[in-house]
Amino acid sequence: MDETTQVRTPAVELTDLDTLEAESIHIIREVVAEFENPVMLFSGGKDSVLMLHLARKAFAPSPVPFPIMHVDTGHNFPEVIEFRDRTVEQHGLRLEVASVQELIDAGRIKVAHELESRNRHQTVALLEALQGGGYDAVFGGGRRDEEKARAKERVFSFRDKFGQWDPKNQRPELWRLYNGRHRKGEHIRVFPISDWTELDVWRYLAREQVDLPQIYFAHEREVVDHEGLLMAVNEFFPLPEGAQIERLMVRYRTVGDATGTGAVLSQATSYEAVIEETAVSRITERGATRGDDRFSEAAMEDRKKEGYF
Amino acid sequence: MPSELLRIATAGSVDDGKSTLIGRLLHDTKSIFEDQLESIERTSEKRGDEQTDLALLTDGLRAEREQGITIDVAHRYFATPKRKFVIADTPGHIQYTRNMVTGASTANLALLLVDARKGVLEQTRRHALLSSLLRVPHLVLCVNKMDLVDYDEAIYDEIREEFTSFAAKLEITDLGFVPISALEGDNVVDRSLNMPWFDGQPLLGHLEDVHIASDRNLVDNRFPVQYVIRPQSSENRDYRGFAGSVVGGIFKQGDEVMVMPSRQKSTIAQIDTPNGAVDQAFPPMAVTVLLEDELDVSRGDMICRPTNQPTASRRFEAMVCWFDETSSLRTGAPYQLKHTTRWVTAEIEELRYQLDVDTLHRDLGPETLEVNDIGRVAIHTTSPLFFDEYRLNRTTGSFILVDPATDLTVAAGMIIGSGGEGEGSSVVAENITFHPSKLSREDRWQALETSGATIWLTGLSGSGKSTIATAVEHTLVSDGHAAYMLDGDNLRHGLNANLGFSAEDRAENVRRVGEVAKVLADSGAIAIVSLVSPYAEDRDRVRAAHEEAGLPFYEVFVDTPLEECERRDPKGLYAKARAGEITDLTGVGSPYEAPERPDLKPAADLETAVREVLGLLG
Repeated sequence: MDETTQVRTPAVELTDLDTLEAESIHIIREVVAEFENPVMLFSGGKDSVLMLHLARKAFAPSPVPFPIMHVDTGHNFPEVIEFRDRTVEQHGLRLEVASVQELIDAGRIKVAHELESRNRHQTVALLEALQGGGYDAVFGGGRRDEEKARAKERVFSFRDKFGQWDPKNQRPELWRLYNGRHRKGEHIRVFPISDWTELDVWRYLAREQVDLPQIYFAHEREVVDHEGLLMAVNEFFPLPEGAQIERLMVRYRTVGDATGTGAVLSQATSYEAVIEETAVSRITERGATRGDDRFSEAAMEDRKKEGYF
Repeated sequence: MPSELLRIATAGSVDDGKSTLIGRLLHDTKSIFEDQLESIERTSEKRGDEQTDLALLTDGLRAEREQGITIDVAHRYFATPKRKFVIADTPGHIQYTRNMVTGASTANLALLLVDARKGVLEQTRRHALLSSLLRVPHLVLCVNKMDLVDYDEAIYDEIREEFTSFAAKLEITDLGFVPISALEGDNVVDRSLNMPWFDGQPLLGHLEDVHIASDRNLVDNRFPVQYVIRPQSSENRDYRGFAGSVVGGIFKQGDEVMVMPSRQKSTIAQIDTPNGAVDQAFPPMAVTVLLEDELDVSRGDMICRPTNQPTASRRFEAMVCWFDETSSLRTGAPYQLKHTTRWVTAEIEELRYQLDVDTLHRDLGPETLEVNDIGRVAIHTTSPLFFDEYRLNRTTGSFILVDPATDLTVAAGMIIGSGGEGEGSSVVAENITFHPSKLSREDRWQALETSGATIWLTGLSGSGKSTIATAVEHTLVSDGHAAYMLDGDNLRHGLNANLGFSAEDRAENVRRVGEVAKVLADSGAIAIVSLVSPYAEDRDRVRAAHEEAGLPFYEVFVDTPLEECERRDPKGLYAKARAGEITDLTGVGSPYEAPERPDLKPAADLETAVREVLGLLG
């Protein structure tokens, strides 16, 4: 490089959030340009809200050029469903719902009892919906900082005909040259916000003043302390014997199946307050709130192999 | 809040403590959560470790835990008030060179570890070479396990010296050293009290302060079009934006731009970003560019400046690293090649040599490349690519190869230069061997009592180049010197008769004249070139060619103002240009890039000018 490049010009530097935004948008555009039929998973959780926000920016002033898909376990927080429908309405999106309940009703999924966690069953509903819609690329809001097995996940994650992930057989990703080539029936999972951390997500959503479901902010709720998790008292959670119901100020750090997602004690009613809490939090978001990840250290890895996100 | 993102690629041998170092960085920057810490504490306890094994934090997959090694690229995140860091943690053992290449491809900095007890190993050299090959701008060598050598300065110095002399053979622009103990935390985050002799920064301080903003190429404007945005809605009916990421240079509203491959020109009307319109866009911004004119632009096209274009060629030379375990390199077979936003069909025409990454030796005539092998190839594509050398731009100089039979990414490549076809400017022809003349230059010049050189006069048409050149030639020959004038106009009747006045043709014109001058100078003559040669890049290339050949080259800038040239107008060209009869006249319809540091800017009067030019020859 010649001397002119050695001149430091602060005006041409991006902040870390702007860099992450640019990289994510690059990935989203790349997928839309190279795939015939992409779809974006949308749970109403903060990561999917971020991803959708980035997708809207990537194609403005055009609308988002693909549908969004909600894998509905049937065990939902009503605030989240309300938020989902409002978002679809507001941005003129196409929504497809992959319903776990429908598969249970049709006898395609066997459940031991009505209130068991349906996180595992999402996989079946998801794979069926992908096949039914002929989708060849699926955007997911997974982040590498969430869990050890995810730290090795590619941005373009290749899945075989059965939607399965083979950690030993992933395509190398160099520079930003993504290889999305695939056969009919195969698809690619794409994780455009791989490099964002929980704190990055919150800082960015706050900066952009993006709307989120209310349960992400502190509110009063009846909860019981169940094996270290604060579980909401509602129809999805059978009260264990001798459980002490308390009314506490809580918020959720993740949004999942209502039977398995716990709340954390919080006074944070604004973005700024959530960021402050997140910055000093000493427990991972999954560790704090997801019952299903805690059983074994390799729990996530097993589920990913089966096709879970 | 952090303000900048730094990507780190780590590498090291199996037992040199890389995972422990990363664990230590995460732990000491408070990036580890309590539940993660408790989980590894439990595991360490179960295994009967003496202290908590921080390496467990990063050893993700079950297979790794079983073997006790890392097997793939894993990403780790931590932040300090100064920066956000992304670590691509790549394994060190020999069969996974490809992972190291993967991690290094986007890294700002490579972090290498050596065990202080073992010193520089084959692995260390291999990783340094790969970092250099992948052009990672900064490299830090951590001499780890200093606690096991009693924090001995002499041992550190020895390793440092050995590595420095090896690194001198590579192209590493910024090299740093830190003596550490990842296990004990010495010089990782805090300065070590055990090594008062070390006056450098601890590792984290180094990572926070290393200057990366100027590692980007901000000179050569490159914008590969990724996607065309054409809203169908009524209020945006006329919107037609070219979405993509800036990969080189700074694009500004109002800039004249050219679109490859059509070479149509237009002006940037507007630059939209996700956060509104901006005046300028630079790497790595993702933007949408709107042009003043309605041009036919689609994905795979490249927007650049008319005066600074990438090389457009169907042939080029590249270094490739083979990635696929199930197939080896096949010359002549079709591969799919992805370069920026473009897929083309490509074949490897020739495998020139395999690089022995341990000895840097070039093994000529290898049969093929297998997984983890690196070699130099000649590639031919069905349609042209618009590229730069990898050393100038890591995005426009890189590509991947995909096997159409399996859809797997089988190789990664870094472009060295164009393979000719007359489309490019840097012609690489390694398959042609030079016939060394029996007579050495020294012998020749001595026998003829002469010494060759090239005097290159550049300037606008009508500036007086030829007048000066003629006078210089006359004086030299009168004094008994072999001098010969090469006049741009005259050569265009013969040697360069097939060239026009486009930027590429001008570049080729300059290249040819430069080569002829070089031959003359080599023979012992003084070559006096009189050529407009408007582009700095083209002139610099001629200078570089002379320097490489060990021949003197003097750039003389005949700096006559445009008004004066136009007043003189000896060939009537300015009048024709103003009347619209000719286009592309330098100074009127085509730019002139004045030399920044010419060897001479001669005086306006001829006699003084000639004296000054002759003065260059000493």
